[in-house]
Amino acid sequence: MACFIVPATEAVVTTVIQKVVKKNEEKKDSNGSETKLRFSEKLKWLNGMLWGGSGLLAFEHLWHGEITPFFPFLTAANDPADTAAMLHEMATSGSAMAILVTAVWAVAAVAADKITAVQKNEKKKACAEA
Amino acid sequence: MTLLITIIAAVISTVIWYTSSKARELKVGILLYMFWGASLMWLVDAVVEYLEVGAEYFEPAAKDMLNDAFLGISVVALAFTVWMVYLLIKDPQNTVKKLLTEKRTGNK
Repeated sequence: MACFIVPATEAVVTTVIQKVVKKNEEKKDSNGSETKLRFSEKLKWLNGMLWGGSGLLAFEHLWHGEITPFFPFLTAANDPADTAAMLHEMATSGSAMAILVTAVWAVAAVAADKITAVQKNEKKKACAEA
Repeated sequence: MTLLITIIAAVISTVIWYTSSKARELKVGILLYMFWGASLMWLVDAVVEYLEVGAEYFEPAAKDMLNDAFLGISVVALAFTVWMVYLLIKDPQNTVKKLLTEKRTGNK
């Protein structure tokens, strides 16, 4: 009905956070430090999945006639009973979608950090041996 | 069916992204975000539906399957269109810029 609104809202929030974090990291970098994968770069992955996923889901809702190009945009908003069902779906499916995407991103971000750390260690070892 | 088509598209684009540096340069990553994001979200939808209807979920009516397949293909087409527009705007190889500059100098 409108489950994609939850991940889309998260996407708005994470996009703002990413912009702020990126600015702060650029300031830090100009002071000269940090070579590992930036947090803002990792946040970009989450933004991409949230925006991309909710965009394609919005298309699916349009396909099924659940979204209209005129006010109130959601067909379920025309009837109070449908509105209640829509809100329930947003709270359950929508939240689960946002949580799953964020969890997958978190795993990918941790894995990326581990890979970077292993590569650094290997480089250090190679330098020490040479 | 929509979930299946999107997952297949996600896997194919991931393999292309992983194996080809040219593909990475052409911002195929955008497709990965879209396909994996949508796949995860539709996976939740599928689980919810499975919890509601049980094994019947795996026996869809032919008409529903056809409509879902049509939707899945349309979703892939939409994602490719978004990627193409992004590619033309970002123009990572300066192809559009070069073409426009050539035309401008040709006109002079």
